[in-house]
Amino acid sequence: MSALVQKAGLPGWALPALGAALIALAAVSDTRLAMILAVWFGAWALNAGLANRASGAGARLAVPVIFGVTLLVLWELAVQLYDISFVILPAPSAIWARMISETATLWADFQQTILKGALAGYVIGCGAAFLAALAVDRSGFLQRGLLPVGNFIAALPIVGTAPIFVMWFGFGWQSKAAVVVAMVFFPMLVNCVQGMKASDAMQRDLMRTYAASYGQTLLKLRLPTALPFVFNGLKICTTLALIGAIVAEFFGSPTVGMGFRIKIEMGRLAMDMVWAEIAVAALAGSLFYGLVALIESRLTFWHPSQRRGR
Amino acid sequence: MSDATVPAMFGPKSAARWVGAVSGAVLPVMAVVAAIVAIWYGGSVMMNRAWTLDQIERRGLEMTAMEIVADAMNQERPVLPTPHQVFAELWDTTVVEPVMRERRGTLQGNPRNLLFHAYHTLWPTILGFGVGTFLGILLAVGIVHSRAMDMSVMPWAIASQTIPILAIAPIIVVVVSNLPALNNAVDQGWISEDTKLLVPKALISSYLSFFPVVVGMVAGLRSPQVSDLDLMRTYSASRGQTFWKLRLPASVPFLFTSLKVSIAAALVGTIVAELPTGARFGLGARLLTGSYYGQTIQIWSALFMAAICAAALVILLGALEKIVLKRMGVRP
Repeated sequence: MSALVQKAGLPGWALPALGAALIALAAVSDTRLAMILAVWFGAWALNAGLANRASGAGARLAVPVIFGVTLLVLWELAVQLYDISFVILPAPSAIWARMISETATLWADFQQTILKGALAGYVIGCGAAFLAALAVDRSGFLQRGLLPVGNFIAALPIVGTAPIFVMWFGFGWQSKAAVVVAMVFFPMLVNCVQGMKASDAMQRDLMRTYAASYGQTLLKLRLPTALPFVFNGLKICTTLALIGAIVAEFFGSPTVGMGFRIKIEMGRLAMDMVWAEIAVAALAGSLFYGLVALIESRLTFWHPSQRRGR
Repeated sequence: MSDATVPAMFGPKSAARWVGAVSGAVLPVMAVVAAIVAIWYGGSVMMNRAWTLDQIERRGLEMTAMEIVADAMNQERPVLPTPHQVFAELWDTTVVEPVMRERRGTLQGNPRNLLFHAYHTLWPTILGFGVGTFLGILLAVGIVHSRAMDMSVMPWAIASQTIPILAIAPIIVVVVSNLPALNNAVDQGWISEDTKLLVPKALISSYLSFFPVVVGMVAGLRSPQVSDLDLMRTYSASRGQTFWKLRLPASVPFLFTSLKVSIAAALVGTIVAELPTGARFGLGARLLTGSYYGQTIQIWSALFMAAICAAALVILLGALEKIVLKRMGVRP
């Protein structure tokens, strides 16, 4: 946009003037639209000013927050002003009210789906993949065979195995954990196998000159160099685990769980509850990811991707 | 598979190289696949044996161990169908069953044919993927050229990768099927009922393919080094020229990498979109009916069809990537 302005040789006030003209034009035909536009342009001008002038951590935090809040305000305004049907889009305030009044239900669903289904599957699946990678690592033949196959399987819609696992392991959280294991295993395996190959030939030679045993080389050289890859796999798998656990509940679950609630409340067209569940899922997803990223930054502080500043 | 196998069959030297490629890449993959199939057969015998033993006891039959194994491999509703059962079902529902059939005087798609369901899943996937990719590239261009957009939108685009956006799929299905404008269009006869069913699926797949493309494209458009950008500046290239001649070509490898991620996500999105609303057509619908009626072979064949579709899409994109990069003069 600003490039356009510079190229056309327009003065700096051209863009705000354009915005004001648009708002005025809208005010003639539809005041509600004018209000929404005014909020949008106002927030955007604030953000543009902040982004172009201020720098540093404060602005880097403030700008996205202002943007997110603006979107929420616009959402609320649009729903209120245009009287949008509750089924199509409930207002954020309605969703928030539901989250407050139904906290107990949401907590129970969170426990069932995230803490039992997703987390159990995540730990088992990632753990098994890590051990499998250790085993595969000793054979170059297996590595060359497993990497392409694993990469291929990682691209498949594994979530479709959900009905099968629900049939095998029943409606409880065990079947959800099984789906999660199936979903996270191959992405994790591929990352771990790649990570195990990350150390230099030179470094391995050095270990050999120290007469280090296989176990010593593994513990002191190869596992530390593999950590960035391992954590990359772990981070990818957090999202996969949540998706697996939620979607598997669409195929059958006890009368608690986030996927179950989404399916049931949708049948009753209680969309505010559905949105409340989505909000919880989003929150849980970012927290889960953030936790893994935090552990990563503590353990792989030496890696270039973690260095800050300079 | 690799480049080396194409010009391979000529001359003794290339023959040796071909043998090397086979033993180096193909053989290990074959071994792993064979191991998976073997584990699968073993698993299905283990899991289906109980039913066979139960039948023997009830009917008072005598069977040898071999007969029990054979029976466990060929049940009608096995706990775990064997590979040959799944492939027989795949063959029956794609080749044997006619693709079109006569109904109410007109020729329509045959819902018993798996290709019909694959079509109902693939078409919205590709449609949504196209739209999502286009919008994603547009947003990435905006982000690279505007600092305000970069600081406002980019953190949210990255954060969206960490949340299970797929959970929103059911909402989109309900919202879109309740949109007054869309229902009007159907009533007026502008679009058919079938097209209306396509819209929410395509929307979800576009939504899921959008964010990976944004993140990948931003990285790609920023990938030219400072020295390259400086060179453009010494040529006194305009912003537009720098974009078309340096940034865009440099972003192509990044684009293809994220396209492969996003098409897989788009396909999963379409399949999941078919689940909670009880869609009648599509691979997700096939999974759902299979799970309702305990038709395990049907579930597995739908699953394999989905896998084949995903593989075909990813391979297609890989081939396209190779052609494009070759035309652009990238040496492998």
